Amino acid sequence: MAHAATAPAPGEIDEHHWTATGLNNRKVAIWAFIGSECLFFASLISTYLVYRGKSLVGPLPHEESQCMLHGKMQACEQIFSIPLVTFGTAVLLFSSFFVVLALNGAQRGDRKALLTWLTATVICGLFFIGMQVYEFNHFYHKGLGYSTNLFGSTFYTLTGFHGAHVTLGVIWLTTMLILAVRGKVPPEKSLNLEMAALYWHFVDVVWIVIFPVVYLMR
Amino acid sequence: MATSVLEHRAPAMAHHYPKTGLWSWITTVDHKRIGILYGATAFIFFLLGGIEALIIRLQLMGPNGTLVDPDTYNALFTMHGTTMIFLGVMPLSAAFFNFFIPIQIGARDVAFPRLNAFSYWVFLLGGIFINVSFLVGAPPDGGWFGYANLTSSRVMEATAAAPSPGMNIDFWVIGLQILGIASIAAALNFFVTIVNMRAPGMKMLRMPMFVWMSFVVQVLLLLAFPVITVALVYLMMDRNFGSSFFMPDGGGDPIMWQHLFWIFGHPEVYILILPAFGIASEVLPVFSRKPLFGYTAMVFSGIFIGFVGFGVWSHHMFATGMGPFADTFFSLATMVIAIPTGVKIFNWIGTMWGGSLRYTSAMMFSIAMVALFIIGGLSGVMHSSPPADLQQTDTYFIVAHFHYVLFGGSIFGLTSGAYYWWPKMFGRLLDEGLGKVHFWLMFIGMNVTFFPMHFLGLNGMPRRVYTYPEGLNFEFWNQIETVGAFLIAAAFLVFIVNIIKTWMGPADAPADPWHGATLEWSIPSPPQEFNFPKLPVVGSSMPQWDARRAAGGHLPEPALVSGADIPMPNPSYWPLITAIGVNLVLGSLLFVRLWPHWWMATIASALVLFVGAFKWAFEPTGH
Repeated sequence: MAHAATAPAPGEIDEHHWTATGLNNRKVAIWAFIGSECLFFASLISTYLVYRGKSLVGPLPHEESQCMLHGKMQACEQIFSIPLVTFGTAVLLFSSFFVVLALNGAQRGDRKALLTWLTATVICGLFFIGMQVYEFNHFYHKGLGYSTNLFGSTFYTLTGFHGAHVTLGVIWLTTMLILAVRGKVPPEKSLNLEMAALYWHFVDVVWIVIFPVVYLMR
Repeated sequence: MATSVLEHRAPAMAHHYPKTGLWSWITTVDHKRIGILYGATAFIFFLLGGIEALIIRLQLMGPNGTLVDPDTYNALFTMHGTTMIFLGVMPLSAAFFNFFIPIQIGARDVAFPRLNAFSYWVFLLGGIFINVSFLVGAPPDGGWFGYANLTSSRVMEATAAAPSPGMNIDFWVIGLQILGIASIAAALNFFVTIVNMRAPGMKMLRMPMFVWMSFVVQVLLLLAFPVITVALVYLMMDRNFGSSFFMPDGGGDPIMWQHLFWIFGHPEVYILILPAFGIASEVLPVFSRKPLFGYTAMVFSGIFIGFVGFGVWSHHMFATGMGPFADTFFSLATMVIAIPTGVKIFNWIGTMWGGSLRYTSAMMFSIAMVALFIIGGLSGVMHSSPPADLQQTDTYFIVAHFHYVLFGGSIFGLTSGAYYWWPKMFGRLLDEGLGKVHFWLMFIGMNVTFFPMHFLGLNGMPRRVYTYPEGLNFEFWNQIETVGAFLIAAAFLVFIVNIIKTWMGPADAPADPWHGATLEWSIPSPPQEFNFPKLPVVGSSMPQWDARRAAGGHLPEPALVSGADIPMPNPSYWPLITAIGVNLVLGSLLFVRLWPHWWMATIASALVLFVGAFKWAFEPTGH
C-alpha cells in the first residue's frame, strides 16, 4: 500500500495499490490518531480550566500567595515567568516551519535541505524539552510540587503529557534524521517523514492552545 | 505505533511460512485468525463473567445470604461488570469486526495487519492482568464505574472510612489502561480499513449495515477512550502520588470523576450495542428475503445515535444534584436518542413485514434482540426523566434496564451473529436443533432473571448490596431470578455442546448456506487466506443477491484457487513483543507503593516496548 491509486480502467484495477479514497492508509491513520489525541488533550485542558482558582494553598500561577516553602508557611511569589516560555513557544513554532522545509527537501530529493532542516527541527525540539525540564525544576524549587495544590497537579499533568509527546516526536524525528543521513529517505519514501511531520505539527498546535490558556489567561 | 515499511527488501511471500501449529497462531497477522482468537478468548472471559454472575445470584437467592462475604461480593459485581463489558462484549464484537469487516467490504485484510495482531495481544494480556488480581487476593472492588472516593483515597492515608488501601483498584486502573490501548489501536485500524480498503464500487452508502454500525463504533472508540485514559491517570495520581484531582480535602471534586467517566461511559454503551444492531440488520433481511427497509435512514440514525451519545452522559448523574438547567438539558438529549433508536426498530419490523420469514436460530436471536431491546429502551426512556430517575437510581430497576439492553440487546445480537456466520468462519453449520434449544433456554432464562428486577427495583431493593433482610418481600423474586440465571447458564452449556458437536462433524458448509446478500457469501467457507482471488467490483449494497439474480437464482460453489501470486503480509512476532512491552510498562506501575525503585522496572519495560516497536517498524512486511 505504498502509493495512492491512480484511476483504474474499468475491469483493470491495480489491486496492490488500491485504496478507496486514493489516500495512503498510513496518512488516514495518522489523521484519525490525531483526532483521538484531540480528545486526550481536551480532557486535560478542561480539567485545568475547571480547577483554575480552586487551589487551597499556593504557590499560584499569576499572583503572590501563602505557600509551604522550606518547611514553613510563607509568602511565595507568582510561579510563571512569561518571557522564558514565550521564547520556548517561538522555538517550537519555528520547528514546525523547519520540518516543512525538511519535508519539502525530502520530496524534491534535496539531501542537503533535508538534513539541514531536519537537524534544525530536532534541535528546536530538544531545546523545548530542555526549557520544560528547567521550568519544572525551577517551579519545584519555588515550592510547587506535583501534589502541592490543584494548580500543580493539573499543570504538571497537562504540560507533562505534552512534554512526553514532544519527546516521542523528537525520538521519531531523530530516527528519521539517522535514516536520512544513511540516504534512506528518498523522495518516494518521503511519506515516512510526512507522518512524523504531521504528528509534530499536532504537538505544536496543542501547545498553541496550552500557551494562552495556561500561561496568559488570568 | 509506526507500521511503516521503512525498508524495501524483496517481499517474501506468506506461504513460505508455516500455516499450522502454535507458532503460526502466535505470529499470525491474518484478520480471520485474529478474529477467531478474539472470539475464543472473549468467550472464555465471558464464561468467567458468567460464573461471577451465578455466584452473585446464589448469594442473593435467599435473605441474609452467607455464601460470600461483603468484600467478595464487591469484587464479584465489580469484576462481573468489568469483565462483561471490556473482556466479553467488546472483544466479541471485535471478533466479528476482524473477521467480517474486511470481507464485507471486499478487502484482503485490514489496513494494518500487524497492528491488528498487536491489538489482540494487548487485549489478551490486559485481560489476564486484570484477572490475576484474584490470584493475589486483590480483585478490583470499586464497581465497574470506579467512582472516586470509593477508589481515589490516598493509599498512604487509607483508613476504614477511606476504603481502598489495597492493590485492588490499582489492578483495575492499570488493567483498563492496557485494554484502552488495545481498543484504540484496533479502532484506528478498522477506521482506516473501512475508509480506505473498500473494494472498487463499494461506496460508503453501499456498505453492509454491519460495517456501517461498526464504523460508528470505531469513531466512538477513538473519541471516548482518550477521556477515560485521562481520568484513570488522575485516579492513579491521587492514589499513588498524593494529588487531589478527586479529593475534596485538597480542593478536588469527586464529581469530576463521574463527568470524565461518563463522557467515556455513555458512548461506551453505544460501543456495546451498535455492533449487535449491525448484526440484526444483516440477519433480518437475509431470513426475510427482503432488502433492509430504509437503508439510508438506518445509516443516519446510527450516526445520529453515536453523535448524540456524546451529549447525554450526565443522565447517569442526576442523583448528584446538578441543578435544573443541566438536568433539563441532559434529560431532553436522552429522550432525543429514543428517536433514531425508534427509527431502527421500525425499520427492522418493516424489513420483516411481508417477507418470507425463515426461523433459523440466527433469525430467532435477532428477532428476540429487537423485542428485548425495546423493553430495555422503554425503561431507559423512563429514567431519562430526572424525577423518575431519582426513584430508580441505585435500585434493581436500573440493573433490569441495562441487562435488557446489554444481554437482551448485545448478547442476543452477538449470538445471532455466531449462528449466522459460524459456517463462514469454520466451514461447519451449527446444529439448528440445538440452536433452538439454546435460544429458548436463553430467551426464557433471560426474562425470568431480569424481568423481576423491575419489580424489586421499584419496591426499593438497592443495587450492589451483598444481601437483604427477611420480610421486605424481596425473597420470592430473588429466588425466581436465581433460577433464571441458571437457565441462562444451561443455555450456554447447550451452545458449548453445539460447538463441540459441530467441531467433530464434517466441514461441509456451502459458501452461501443462507442465500446471503453480502460479499462474505461469495467466497468459500471458510475463506482462503487472501479472501478474494480478484478484488470484487461492487454495484449495489446487495452484491450477492445481484449476482444470484443475474445467474438465474443458482450460483455455483466458488472454486478454491492457489493464490500463490497474491502477495499477503508476512507473519510477525514483533506485535506480540511490543504488546508484552506495553503490558510490562503499565504493569510496572503496580509496584509504585511496593518498591521505591519501581521506576527501574518501568524503564526496563520501556526498553522492551521500544525494541519491539522499532523492530516492527523496520521489519519487511511482504506487502
